[in-house]
Order: sequence, then C-alpha cells, then structure tokens
Amino acid sequence: MKITFPHMGNTYICAKALLDDLGIEYLIPPFNSKKTLEIGTKYAPEFACLPLKINLGNFLQAYEMGADTILITGGCGPCRFGYYGEMHREILRDIGCEMDVITLEWPDKGAGEFLHRIRKLTGKLNPYRILKAVREAATTAMQADDLERLANRVRPRELQRGTTDRIYKAFLNLVKKADGSAGIKKLIRDTAGELLSIETDMDFRPLRVGIVGEIYSTIDPYTNLNISSRLGSMGIEADRRVTVSGWIIEHMIKKALRLPRDLSYADAAKPYLGAMIGGHAQETVGHTVMYARDGYDGVIQIYPLTCMPEIVAQSILPSVEKDFDIPVLTLIMDEMTGEAGYQTRLEAFGDLLKKRRERGVYGKTVALSGG
Amino acid sequence: MSITIGIPRSLYYYKFYPLWNTFFEELGAKVVVSDHTSKYILDQGVKSCVDEACLPVKIFHGHVLNLKDRVDCLFIPRFTSISKNEYICPKFGGLPDVVRNTLSGLPAVIDTEVNLRKSGKNALLAAYDAGKHFCADKRHIRKAFDKAVMCYRQYKKQLMDGKLPGDIFDKKAPKSKAHGAKPLNIAVIGHEYNLYDRYVNMNLLQKLKSSVANIITVDMLSEELINEKTRQLPKRMFWNFGRRAVGAALHLLERKDIDGVIFIMSFGCGVDSFVCDLVERRIRRESMIPFLVLTIDEHSGEAGMDTRLEAFIDMIRWRCSCENNLPAYG
Repeated sequence: MKITFPHMGNTYICAKALLDDLGIEYLIPPFNSKKTLEIGTKYAPEFACLPLKINLGNFLQAYEMGADTILITGGCGPCRFGYYGEMHREILRDIGCEMDVITLEWPDKGAGEFLHRIRKLTGKLNPYRILKAVREAATTAMQADDLERLANRVRPRELQRGTTDRIYKAFLNLVKKADGSAGIKKLIRDTAGELLSIETDMDFRPLRVGIVGEIYSTIDPYTNLNISSRLGSMGIEADRRVTVSGWIIEHMIKKALRLPRDLSYADAAKPYLGAMIGGHAQETVGHTVMYARDGYDGVIQIYPLTCMPEIVAQSILPSVEKDFDIPVLTLIMDEMTGEAGYQTRLEAFGDLLKKRRERGVYGKTVALSGG
Repeated sequence: MSITIGIPRSLYYYKFYPLWNTFFEELGAKVVVSDHTSKYILDQGVKSCVDEACLPVKIFHGHVLNLKDRVDCLFIPRFTSISKNEYICPKFGGLPDVVRNTLSGLPAVIDTEVNLRKSGKNALLAAYDAGKHFCADKRHIRKAFDKAVMCYRQYKKQLMDGKLPGDIFDKKAPKSKAHGAKPLNIAVIGHEYNLYDRYVNMNLLQKLKSSVANIITVDMLSEELINEKTRQLPKRMFWNFGRRAVGAALHLLERKDIDGVIFIMSFGCGVDSFVCDLVERRIRRESMIPFLVLTIDEHSGEAGMDTRLEAFIDMIRWRCSCENNLPAYG
C-alpha cells in the first residue's frame, strides 16, 4: 500500500510528519502546477469547484508515480467538500484508475468503521504511538504556519527584493527530504533563523491586508497565484487567520474531543451572518470585521468559482465594508484565471490603499485621481 | 387591520407554499405572493444581486423587490435543514442575511430558522417563532401549524399523483393536445424552483407534454422508494435534494419503462455540480437510457433550448421506431 494525499499549501508538511512518524509508506504528489490542474479539469465535472479538480490532478499524478491509496479528510455538509471522497471514487473508477480512497471522518456507521479505517492505514501500530504521532504532526503544522507568517512579515520589509521568497521556496523543497517530525522541525528552525537574518528596513511601515475566503484557495499558493508573495513584493504585508494548523486543531481535534473552540470570529460575524452555514462563510465575514477592528488597511476575499458559502459571504461583505470603512476586494479563481488580469487588480487595490493612507496623512483634500 | 405578509414566488415557494399560506392565513395574516417570474423580475434580480450567485437566488431578489413596497413584512426563513441529518444549499442558510445586506428599504423580515437536522420536531419551534409576530397564543399557533401541515401533506400527495404546482396553485392548466404518437416516459430531475417555475425553465414541462410525453418528477416517487435506493450509496448523501435525486435516478434505472432522463440545473449550482454528475455516471454506466443535461442561467435562449429538447425527443422516437434500420455507425 502506497498512500498519497492532496496538496493544500503546507498541508504536505504536516502529512509527511505524521506518516513518517508512523512509518507508513507514502508518496507526495508533485507540487500543484498547470499540469495538475489540466489533468484534473479534464476528468472532473465541469461545475465542480476548483479544489476538487486540483486534488484529482494530484491523485492522477501520484498514481502515475505508483501510489494506490488516497488519504483525505471528509465531512458531512453542507459544503461540497464533504462529498469529495465519493466523487473521487466515482471519477477514478470511470477512468479505470484503481485507487482506494480512505476518508478520515466520523462515518455514519460509527466508531467501528472509523477504527477499521485507522487500522487499514496503520496496521498493528500501538495506539500510544499513533497519538504521539498525531500530536507531533499538529505541532509541526503549527510551526510551519508560524514560519509562513514570519516570511509574510519579513517579505514587505526586505531590502533585497526576492530574498524571502528564495529562502522560503528552498525550504518547501527541502522539507520533502527531511526525516520525520523531528527533522522537519529542525529545518523549520534553521529556515526561521535565515529569514530573521535577512536585511530589512526597520522603519518601513507596510500597508496591511487581511486575506479571507475559502480555505483551499486562500491557503494554497498555486491556486491564489502566490498572493502573499505578490503583495509582499509590492510592500504590502499579508495576513491570514485560516491556517492548516488552525484547521487541524480547531476543526478536527477539538471538535472530536468536544473541547471549547475559539469562536471569536462567529461573534464578530453575528450582526451580519447569524448562523453557521457551512464552509468558511462565517470565518470570512467574522475575520473581515476583526481585521477592520485591528486597523488593517484592506481585506481581500478569495474563493473558487461557484463556492456556495463564499457567495453568501460576498453578498454580505459590502455591508461590513461600509460600516467599518475598509476596502474589500473579491477575487474569484478558476481554471480560466489569467495572471495578468489578477496582477492588475492587485496593483490597483494596492494603489488604492496607498492613496487612502496618504489621504489620512494629508487630509481629505488630495484628489484620488491627482496622484 | 390584518398584517400583510409577503412570500416571494421563488425557491421553496414551490415546495412549501400551501404550508406557509395556510399557516399565516390561520393566524389572521393576509398573504401576498409576488407576481409570476418575468423578464422584469429577473432583470431586477440580476441587477441587484452579486454576479456569482446562481439564477434562482438572483430571481429571488427580483421577487423580493417586487413585493417589498406592498407588504408589512417579508417571509424569508433561514433554511438550514429540512430533514434529519441533511442539509440544503448553504445559500438557503444565509438567504435572509444576503437579502438584507444586498437590498435596501426592506420592510420587516421574518427570518425564522428552520433547522430539522437534529429532529423533525424542530419544525414546530420554527412555527412558534414565525407565528409569534401574529399571535401571542401558542395553542393557536400550534393549531394553525397542524392545519398547515395537513394542507402540505395533501399538496405532496397531489404532486405524487402527477399534478404540477402550476396546475394546483393557478387552476388553469392548459390541456395538452391529443396526438397520435405513443407517449414517452420522460423523467425530469431538478430543483423544485427550476422545475416548476415556467419562466425559468422556458415552459419545459409543458413542451414535453405537448410532444406527448408523460413526465415523471422526483416528487412523484415515494420517500420509501428513494430511501431504499440511497441506502446502497457508500456514503450517505447529506443534501436533501441530492439524496432524493440520486435515489430517484437509481430507481429509474431499474424501471424498464423510462425512455429518457432530463436533468435541469442552474449554472453554477454547487449541489447539482455533484448530484448531476453522480446521476449521469450511474445512468451511463448501468443503462442505455438517453440522458440530457439542460443548464440554465440568465442568458439562456429559448430557441437553443427548444432545439435540444426536440432533438432529444426525436432521437428517442427514432430509437423506438427505426433502431433496426440504422447502420451501426450512425
């Protein structure tokens, strides 16, 4: 059995830590690329959301390299993501690609089925070792997210443009060769040291933009055309509250153990969106409010075309925009998204934010068109 | 004077109107329904709504605009779930918030949450919540609700017997012309609001009828029949519509009398993107039944749709009559 899993930004770091520690044989699919998307788009239903297409591409690329089992997480609605496993099973079956799909979720059949799936994955490992590996994987994910955050902070302030990206990209490739959670953590520490030694402009006060939206497209740099790096190189600091580790800890571990979760975003979203409607709609609205309160200069919402919960959030965001006087840009991604149009919109948004800040300094007499 | 409550003739109107109507009328309110969907309503909706929303949601906005100046309050419930352990599209769950934040100058909105995910009994809680705007007496609300449920059951029975909501509500069903041909059995799968709104689907059902076809909709199949089939799925479908559509398709596969299946979906529908694909895969894999997907949005032209429909029907008829005379290569 050779396991593979879909890419979503830095998720592979956490998955690698877990599978390395458990001693399970696995294969990391090639990083998301145009080819991945092309393969996925070819076989996926036309109106399926972008993550499904990219995931399918991941699996087929991994299949060619010898993987035979897919490990994914699931859910039970109302977002489409909960049915990804079944869709993949059907699609792979129709194109004659024999892969087994193991969905890590609480099945309808109850605990027995869940244990059966775990056993299928881990064989006869002792439960203590499994729990330890899960804990190590969760802390690895947290540290990887911290590193990404650090990179996002350093990038707009670096004196030599591109230094952060070079170091961070090298790290992403090196992780593949690291051994187990311990090896990955050491690599993260080393990379953090390198990032901290980059020469930066200490006095520079970058514009700050919050990234909100659907989890996959905000986290995965291929899907969002590397937005934090694009913004960083314009001297804008990007922040994102939805992270891989946050998702694992808040959404999976705490929910399974019924521990109290951090629901500050739900409180913030309350006046606008009164209920959980699935996906990350409530997070999107809530985080936008929180960014506005924290004095951010703007918010960018990103989601894949036809994403149901984010369409709800998008219709609500103009009210938040008005109430808190914070500009919101919505970017919708699909396989047709062109890089140039995207870059233009980001630059225009950056200019708008810059002018708004200047207006704050010089007073409202400066005409926006006058430069 | 009694309060007028506005119900947009859109989305779940086609599923629950008899329930809502009886309930509010029993409580002494005057129920006003928006006009039939028209080009104007559609355009108004498209203009006010975010571009990415699907056609039904855009039309819903149009209907709200049509109503807003002539009622005291609007009934836009928050539908989280209408059946145990199942959801519906997230857009239904956020509908009152979307409408409130998109349109201005609205009258009061009754945004009762309907959430039957945990238990079907929660419907009564929703009724109390919606009813409290009209009547303080809980027993009275309960009575109105019971009566409304009776009406709803009767309506469901009528649907199951093959009546269409248009015939039931408007009581002036145009009779289809008698025709010499043998009637075909065409199953039409789609969301209620696409299937029963004559403007949206460009009179699809009527057109099918006049080309001499018996229509079979998901509403004409019993829950037991559907559930028996959906139990075969490896993972439970967690959308109410999805379960019913897939179950119905699996049932149709086994029936020998189905001549064709039409799936009507709106562009960008998240639920249908998966459900339609699953249905199509099953039908193509396990049967020879012709399958047609019609995707509609605000740009759909009637001529194109007619052409596809006619071609589909012709193909089925030819198949019945001249299959043996045709060479295998077409």
